[in-house]
Amino acid sequence: MTIDKIKTIIADHSGEDEANITAETTFEELGVDSLTTVEVLMDIEDEFGVTIEAAQVGKTVGDLVRAIEEAQK
Amino acid sequence: MSFRIIGTGSAVPSKIITNDDLSEMMDTNDEWIRTRVGVAERRIAVTESTADLALEAAEKALEMSGVSADSIDLILVATITPDRICPTTAGTVQARLGASCPAFDISSACSGFLFALETAAGFFARGTVKRALVIGAERISRIIDWNDRSTAVIFGDGAGAAVLETGDGCLCSEICTIGGDEVIRIPAFGGTSPFTEIEKEDPVIFMEGQETFKFAVGAFVNHIHSMAEKAGISLDDIDHIVPHQANERIIRMAARRLRMPDEKFVMNIDRCGNTAAASVPIALDELNRSGKIKPGDLVAMTAFGGGLSSAGCLIRWG
Repeated sequence: MTIDKIKTIIADHSGEDEANITAETTFEELGVDSLTTVEVLMDIEDEFGVTIEAAQVGKTVGDLVRAIEEAQK
Repeated sequence: MSFRIIGTGSAVPSKIITNDDLSEMMDTNDEWIRTRVGVAERRIAVTESTADLALEAAEKALEMSGVSADSIDLILVATITPDRICPTTAGTVQARLGASCPAFDISSACSGFLFALETAAGFFARGTVKRALVIGAERISRIIDWNDRSTAVIFGDGAGAAVLETGDGCLCSEICTIGGDEVIRIPAFGGTSPFTEIEKEDPVIFMEGQETFKFAVGAFVNHIHSMAEKAGISLDDIDHIVPHQANERIIRMAARRLRMPDEKFVMNIDRCGNTAAASVPIALDELNRSGKIKPGDLVAMTAFGGGLSSAGCLIRWG
Protein backbone atom coordinates (compact mmCIF):
# COMPACT_ATOMS: atom_id res chain seq x y z
CA MET A 1 0.00 0.00 0.00
CA THR A 2 1.26 3.41 -0.98
CA ILE A 3 0.13 5.05 2.25
CA ASP A 4 1.98 2.58 4.49
CA LYS A 5 5.26 3.21 2.72
CA ILE A 6 4.65 6.96 2.82
CA LYS A 7 3.89 6.81 6.54
CA THR A 8 7.18 5.02 7.13
CA ILE A 9 9.10 7.63 5.12
CA ILE A 10 7.38 10.56 6.84
CA ALA A 11 7.87 9.02 10.31
CA ASP A 12 11.54 8.50 9.49
CA HIS A 13 12.13 12.16 8.63
CA SER A 14 9.68 13.93 10.97
CA GLY A 15 10.43 11.91 14.09
CA GLU A 16 6.67 11.31 14.59
CA ASP A 17 5.55 7.80 15.59
CA GLU A 18 4.25 6.00 12.48
CA ALA A 19 1.16 4.85 14.41
CA ASN A 20 0.11 8.47 14.89
CA ILE A 21 0.17 9.27 11.16
CA THR A 22 -3.04 8.93 9.14
CA ALA A 23 -4.23 10.16 5.75
CA GLU A 24 -5.82 13.13 7.53
CA THR A 25 -2.64 14.17 9.37
CA THR A 26 -1.42 17.53 8.11
CA PHE A 27 2.23 18.31 7.48
CA GLU A 28 1.77 21.35 9.69
CA GLU A 29 0.78 19.08 12.62
CA LEU A 30 3.89 17.01 11.99
CA GLY A 31 6.04 20.14 12.16
CA VAL A 32 7.47 19.32 8.73
CA ASP A 33 9.73 22.15 7.52
CA SER A 34 10.76 22.85 3.94
CA LEU A 35 13.90 20.70 4.10
CA THR A 36 12.03 17.77 5.67
CA THR A 37 9.62 18.00 2.73
CA VAL A 38 12.56 17.64 0.33
CA GLU A 39 13.97 14.73 2.33
CA VAL A 40 10.60 12.96 2.15
CA LEU A 41 10.25 13.68 -1.59
CA MET A 42 13.73 12.32 -2.33
CA ASP A 43 12.91 9.05 -0.56
CA ILE A 44 9.58 8.91 -2.40
CA GLU A 45 11.43 9.32 -5.70
CA ASP A 46 13.62 6.33 -4.82
CA GLU A 47 10.76 4.21 -3.53
CA PHE A 48 8.13 4.92 -6.19
CA GLY A 49 10.20 6.14 -9.12
CA VAL A 50 8.16 9.34 -9.44
CA THR A 51 9.23 12.95 -9.01
CA ILE A 52 6.89 15.09 -6.93
CA GLU A 53 7.56 18.82 -6.67
CA ALA A 54 7.28 20.47 -3.26
CA ALA A 55 4.36 22.56 -4.57
CA GLN A 56 2.39 19.36 -5.34
CA VAL A 57 2.59 17.96 -1.82
CA GLY A 58 -0.66 19.45 -0.51
CA LYS A 59 -1.70 19.86 3.11
CA THR A 60 -2.22 16.30 4.34
CA VAL A 61 -0.55 12.90 4.06
CA GLY A 62 -3.57 11.81 1.99
CA ASP A 63 -2.94 14.67 -0.47
CA LEU A 64 0.62 13.44 -0.96
CA VAL A 65 -0.56 9.84 -1.50
CA ARG A 66 -2.97 11.08 -4.22
CA ALA A 67 -0.18 13.11 -5.87
CA ILE A 68 2.03 10.01 -6.02
CA GLU A 69 -0.77 7.78 -7.36
CA GLU A 70 -1.57 10.43 -9.96
CA ALA A 71 2.10 10.63 -10.99
CA GLN A 72 2.29 6.84 -11.31
CA LYS A 73 -0.58 6.68 -13.83
CA MET B 1 51.87 11.30 -12.22
CA SER B 2 49.63 13.18 -9.86
CA PHE B 3 50.14 14.67 -6.41
CA ARG B 4 50.09 13.88 -2.74
CA ILE B 5 49.19 16.24 0.10
CA ILE B 6 52.16 16.97 2.35
CA GLY B 7 50.63 19.60 4.64
CA THR B 8 47.45 21.48 5.46
CA GLY B 9 46.51 24.66 7.29
CA SER B 10 43.46 26.74 8.08
CA ALA B 11 42.51 30.11 9.47
CA VAL B 12 39.30 31.71 10.71
CA PRO B 13 38.56 35.25 11.87
CA SER B 14 38.67 35.82 15.63
CA LYS B 15 35.11 37.12 16.02
CA ILE B 16 32.52 34.49 16.92
CA ILE B 17 28.91 35.23 16.03
CA THR B 18 26.48 32.92 17.81
CA ASN B 19 22.90 32.14 16.86
CA ASP B 20 21.80 34.29 19.80
CA ASP B 21 23.77 37.20 18.34
CA LEU B 22 21.88 36.76 15.05
CA SER B 23 18.57 36.53 16.92
CA GLU B 24 19.12 40.09 18.06
CA MET B 25 19.57 41.22 14.44
CA MET B 26 16.79 39.30 12.69
CA ASP B 27 13.72 37.18 13.33
CA THR B 28 15.38 33.82 14.03
CA ASN B 29 16.46 31.72 16.99
CA ASP B 30 19.06 29.19 18.06
CA GLU B 31 16.75 26.17 17.84
CA TRP B 32 15.55 27.08 14.32
CA ILE B 33 19.10 27.49 13.00
CA ARG B 34 20.44 24.34 14.68
CA THR B 35 17.62 22.12 13.40
CA ARG B 36 17.50 23.59 9.86
CA VAL B 37 21.19 24.04 9.19
CA GLY B 38 23.23 22.59 12.06
CA VAL B 39 25.17 25.79 12.78
CA ALA B 40 25.70 26.94 16.38
CA GLU B 41 28.24 29.66 15.70
CA ARG B 42 30.35 31.00 12.84
CA ARG B 43 33.41 33.22 12.48
CA ILE B 44 32.81 36.57 10.83
CA ALA B 45 35.62 38.80 9.59
CA VAL B 46 35.98 42.22 11.21
CA THR B 47 39.44 43.34 10.13
CA GLU B 48 40.55 40.17 8.29
CA SER B 49 40.48 40.27 4.49
CA THR B 50 40.13 37.21 2.25
CA ALA B 51 43.85 37.48 1.46
CA ASP B 52 44.73 37.71 5.18
CA LEU B 53 42.85 34.47 5.87
CA ALA B 54 44.35 32.79 2.80
CA LEU B 55 47.85 33.83 3.82
CA GLU B 56 47.48 32.54 7.39
CA ALA B 57 46.15 29.18 6.17
CA ALA B 58 48.97 28.98 3.62
CA GLU B 59 51.66 29.75 6.18
CA LYS B 60 50.35 27.01 8.49
CA ALA B 61 50.25 24.51 5.61
CA LEU B 62 53.81 25.40 4.57
CA GLU B 63 54.97 25.09 8.18
CA MET B 64 53.45 21.63 8.51
CA SER B 65 54.97 20.61 5.16
CA GLY B 66 58.38 21.85 6.18
CA VAL B 67 58.91 23.52 2.82
CA SER B 68 59.67 27.13 2.02
CA ALA B 69 57.46 29.48 0.00
CA ASP B 70 60.15 29.90 -2.66
CA SER B 71 59.99 26.17 -3.42
CA ILE B 72 56.35 26.45 -4.52
CA ASP B 73 55.81 26.29 -8.30
CA LEU B 74 52.11 27.25 -8.44
CA ILE B 75 49.59 29.00 -6.19
CA LEU B 76 45.85 28.60 -6.75
CA VAL B 77 43.18 30.29 -4.66
CA ALA B 78 39.55 29.22 -4.94
CA THR B 79 37.28 32.07 -3.89
CA ILE B 80 34.05 33.83 -4.81
CA THR B 81 34.80 36.67 -2.40
CA PRO B 82 38.19 38.03 -3.46
CA ASP B 83 39.06 41.38 -1.87
CA ARG B 84 39.78 42.61 -5.37
CA ILE B 85 39.14 41.22 -8.82
CA CYS B 86 42.65 42.43 -9.68
CA PRO B 87 45.16 41.65 -8.35
CA THR B 88 44.00 38.13 -7.63
CA THR B 89 43.97 36.78 -4.09
CA ALA B 90 46.53 34.20 -5.24
CA GLY B 91 48.80 37.00 -6.48
CA THR B 92 48.48 38.85 -3.17
CA VAL B 93 49.31 35.67 -1.24
CA GLN B 94 52.27 35.01 -3.54
CA ALA B 95 53.72 38.47 -2.85
CA ARG B 96 53.15 38.29 0.89
CA LEU B 97 54.69 34.80 1.11
CA GLY B 98 57.69 35.95 -0.87
CA ALA B 99 57.09 33.35 -3.57
CA SER B 100 57.67 34.02 -7.27
CA CYS B 101 55.64 31.32 -9.04
CA PRO B 102 52.52 31.73 -11.23
CA ALA B 103 49.42 32.39 -9.14
CA PHE B 104 45.77 32.76 -10.06
CA ASP B 105 42.25 32.51 -8.66
CA ILE B 106 39.61 29.95 -9.49
CA SER B 107 35.91 30.64 -9.16
CA SER B 108 33.53 27.76 -8.74
CA ALA B 109 31.65 28.68 -5.57
CA CYS B 110 31.55 26.00 -2.88
CA SER B 111 33.21 23.43 -5.18
CA GLY B 112 36.10 25.81 -5.88
CA PHE B 113 38.78 24.11 -3.81
CA LEU B 114 38.21 20.77 -5.53
CA PHE B 115 38.14 22.49 -8.95
CA ALA B 116 41.51 23.98 -7.96
CA LEU B 117 42.88 20.55 -6.97
CA GLU B 118 41.80 19.17 -10.34
CA THR B 119 43.44 22.14 -12.07
CA ALA B 120 46.65 21.54 -10.11
CA ALA B 121 46.46 17.84 -11.02
CA GLY B 122 46.78 18.86 -14.67
CA PHE B 123 50.05 20.72 -13.98
CA PHE B 124 51.40 17.69 -12.09
CA ALA B 125 50.34 15.38 -14.92
CA ARG B 126 52.35 17.48 -17.39
CA GLY B 127 55.26 17.57 -14.98
CA THR B 128 55.42 21.37 -15.10
CA VAL B 129 55.21 21.76 -11.31
CA LYS B 130 56.70 19.78 -8.44
CA ARG B 131 54.99 21.63 -5.64
CA ALA B 132 51.73 23.58 -5.50
CA LEU B 133 49.88 25.54 -2.86
CA VAL B 134 46.10 25.27 -3.18
CA ILE B 135 43.89 27.47 -1.01
CA GLY B 136 40.17 27.99 -0.52
CA ALA B 137 39.46 31.37 1.10
CA GLU B 138 36.30 33.35 1.64
CA ARG B 139 34.97 36.43 3.33
CA ILE B 140 31.48 35.34 2.47
CA SER B 141 30.01 37.76 5.05
CA ARG B 142 30.72 40.46 2.46
CA ILE B 143 28.09 39.07 0.07
CA ILE B 144 25.47 37.99 2.59
CA ASP B 145 22.14 39.77 2.57
CA TRP B 146 22.04 40.46 6.33
CA ASN B 147 18.30 41.08 6.06
CA ASP B 148 17.64 37.60 4.62
CA ARG B 149 17.30 35.24 7.56
CA SER B 150 17.14 32.18 5.31
CA THR B 151 20.72 32.66 4.06
CA ALA B 152 22.41 34.93 6.63
CA VAL B 153 22.40 32.23 9.31
CA ILE B 154 24.21 29.65 7.16
CA PHE B 155 27.55 31.16 6.25
CA GLY B 156 30.89 31.92 7.88
CA ASP B 157 34.33 33.23 6.87
CA GLY B 158 37.62 31.36 6.76
CA ALA B 159 40.36 29.76 4.68
CA GLY B 160 42.02 26.39 4.28
CA ALA B 161 45.14 25.39 2.37
CA ALA B 162 47.01 22.30 1.23
CA VAL B 163 50.57 21.89 -0.04
CA LEU B 164 50.79 19.36 -2.86
CA GLU B 165 53.89 17.59 -4.07
CA THR B 166 54.49 15.22 -6.98
CA GLY B 167 53.23 11.80 -5.97
CA ASP B 168 50.56 9.21 -6.53
CA GLY B 169 48.15 10.10 -3.72
CA CYS B 170 45.33 11.42 -5.91
CA LEU B 171 43.40 8.35 -7.02
CA CYS B 172 40.51 10.13 -8.66
CA SER B 173 39.30 13.68 -9.24
CA GLU B 174 36.04 14.77 -10.84
CA ILE B 175 34.49 18.15 -11.56
CA CYS B 176 31.01 18.86 -12.85
CA THR B 177 29.07 21.96 -13.92
CA ILE B 178 25.37 22.27 -14.65
CA GLY B 179 25.16 25.89 -15.73
CA GLY B 180 22.17 27.93 -14.62
CA ASP B 181 21.21 30.79 -12.33
CA GLU B 182 17.79 29.73 -11.04
CA VAL B 183 18.92 27.89 -7.90
CA ILE B 184 21.91 29.89 -6.66
CA ARG B 185 23.21 33.23 -7.86
CA ILE B 186 25.45 36.01 -6.64
CA PRO B 187 25.41 39.05 -8.94
CA ALA B 188 28.63 40.98 -9.42
CA PHE B 189 29.03 44.72 -8.79
CA GLY B 190 26.93 46.42 -11.46
CA GLY B 191 29.29 49.30 -12.12
CA THR B 192 28.55 52.96 -12.80
CA SER B 193 28.46 53.08 -16.58
CA PRO B 194 26.12 55.83 -17.79
CA PHE B 195 25.50 53.77 -20.94
CA THR B 196 24.42 50.40 -19.58
CA GLU B 197 20.81 49.32 -19.85
CA ILE B 198 21.42 46.11 -17.93
CA GLU B 199 19.41 46.09 -14.72
CA LYS B 200 21.55 46.25 -11.60
CA GLU B 201 21.08 43.51 -9.03
CA ASP B 202 22.19 43.56 -5.41
CA PRO B 203 25.53 41.73 -5.22
CA VAL B 204 24.35 39.32 -2.49
CA ILE B 205 23.64 35.60 -2.30
CA PHE B 206 20.33 34.29 -3.54
CA MET B 207 19.66 30.62 -2.92
CA GLU B 208 16.60 28.45 -3.45
CA GLY B 209 16.89 26.16 -0.43
CA GLN B 210 14.90 23.10 -1.46
CA GLU B 211 16.46 22.78 -4.93
CA THR B 212 19.94 23.37 -3.51
CA PHE B 213 19.37 20.63 -0.94
CA LYS B 214 18.21 18.13 -3.54
CA PHE B 215 21.07 18.89 -5.90
CA ALA B 216 23.62 18.74 -3.08
CA VAL B 217 22.57 15.36 -1.72
CA GLY B 218 22.40 13.87 -5.22
CA ALA B 219 25.81 15.24 -6.27
CA PHE B 220 27.42 14.20 -2.98
CA VAL B 221 26.21 10.59 -3.25
CA ASN B 222 26.98 10.34 -6.97
CA HIS B 223 30.56 11.60 -6.63
CA ILE B 224 31.34 9.15 -3.81
CA HIS B 225 29.92 6.18 -5.75
CA SER B 226 31.56 7.23 -8.99
CA MET B 227 35.01 7.84 -7.48
CA ALA B 228 34.91 4.53 -5.61
CA GLU B 229 34.02 2.73 -8.84
CA LYS B 230 36.76 4.46 -10.86
CA ALA B 231 39.35 3.73 -8.16
CA GLY B 232 38.18 0.13 -7.87
CA ILE B 233 37.42 0.33 -4.16
CA SER B 234 34.29 -0.32 -2.10
CA LEU B 235 32.62 2.36 0.02
CA ASP B 236 33.77 0.43 3.11
CA ASP B 237 37.38 1.06 2.06
CA ILE B 238 36.91 4.84 2.45
CA ASP B 239 38.19 5.89 5.87
CA HIS B 240 37.10 9.53 5.91
CA ILE B 241 34.65 11.62 3.97
CA VAL B 242 35.40 15.34 3.94
CA PRO B 243 32.27 16.99 2.58
CA HIS B 244 31.54 20.62 1.87
CA GLN B 245 29.90 21.90 5.05
CA ALA B 246 26.78 23.32 3.41
CA ASN B 247 24.16 22.08 5.82
CA GLU B 248 24.36 19.34 8.44
CA ARG B 249 21.20 17.80 7.05
CA ILE B 250 22.73 17.44 3.58
CA ILE B 251 25.60 15.48 5.12
CA ARG B 252 23.28 13.31 7.25
CA MET B 253 20.98 12.58 4.30
CA ALA B 254 23.94 11.65 2.08
CA ALA B 255 25.39 9.45 4.85
CA ARG B 256 22.12 7.54 5.07
CA ARG B 257 21.93 7.11 1.32
CA LEU B 258 25.52 5.90 1.16
CA ARG B 259 24.83 3.63 4.15
CA MET B 260 28.06 4.78 5.73
CA PRO B 261 28.50 5.45 9.45
CA ASP B 262 28.25 9.08 10.61
CA GLU B 263 31.68 8.96 12.26
CA LYS B 264 33.37 8.72 8.84
CA PHE B 265 31.99 12.15 7.90
CA VAL B 266 34.07 15.12 9.01
CA MET B 267 31.76 17.78 10.39
CA ASN B 268 32.56 21.27 11.63
CA ILE B 269 29.56 23.23 10.38
CA ASP B 270 28.39 23.65 13.98
CA ARG B 271 31.45 25.85 14.66
CA CYS B 272 32.31 27.28 11.23
CA GLY B 273 29.07 27.49 9.27
CA ASN B 274 29.26 27.19 5.49
CA THR B 275 32.52 28.82 4.39
CA ALA B 276 31.98 28.11 0.65
CA ALA B 277 35.29 27.30 -1.10
CA ALA B 278 37.09 27.28 2.25
CA SER B 279 34.97 24.60 3.85
CA VAL B 280 36.57 21.45 2.41
CA PRO B 281 40.19 22.51 3.11
CA ILE B 282 39.30 23.74 6.63
CA ALA B 283 37.60 20.40 7.39
CA LEU B 284 40.54 18.53 5.83
CA ASP B 285 43.00 20.45 8.00
CA GLU B 286 40.96 19.76 11.14
CA LEU B 287 40.92 16.05 10.28
CA ASN B 288 44.65 16.11 9.59
CA ARG B 289 45.45 17.83 12.89
CA SER B 290 43.02 15.66 14.90
CA GLY B 291 45.34 12.66 14.66
CA LYS B 292 42.43 10.51 13.38
CA ILE B 293 44.05 10.11 9.97
CA LYS B 294 46.87 7.64 9.23
CA PRO B 295 49.19 7.25 6.26
CA GLY B 296 47.46 5.04 3.71
CA ASP B 297 43.94 6.11 4.74
CA LEU B 298 41.52 6.79 1.91
CA VAL B 299 40.01 10.28 2.10
CA ALA B 300 37.09 11.22 -0.15
CA MET B 301 36.39 14.93 -0.47
CA THR B 302 33.24 16.18 -2.12
CA ALA B 303 31.67 19.58 -2.70
CA PHE B 304 28.62 21.07 -4.40
CA GLY B 305 27.13 24.51 -4.76
CA GLY B 306 26.60 27.50 -6.99
CA GLY B 307 27.14 27.10 -10.71
CA LEU B 308 25.62 24.68 -10.23
CA SER B 309 28.87 22.89 -9.63
CA SER B 310 30.02 19.78 -7.86
CA ALA B 311 33.27 17.89 -7.49
CA GLY B 312 35.02 15.05 -5.78
CA CYS B 313 38.61 14.07 -5.05
CA LEU B 314 39.78 10.75 -3.65
CA ILE B 315 43.15 10.78 -1.93
CA ARG B 316 45.34 8.09 -0.45
CA TRP B 317 46.83 9.91 2.51
CA GLY B 318 50.52 10.32 3.14
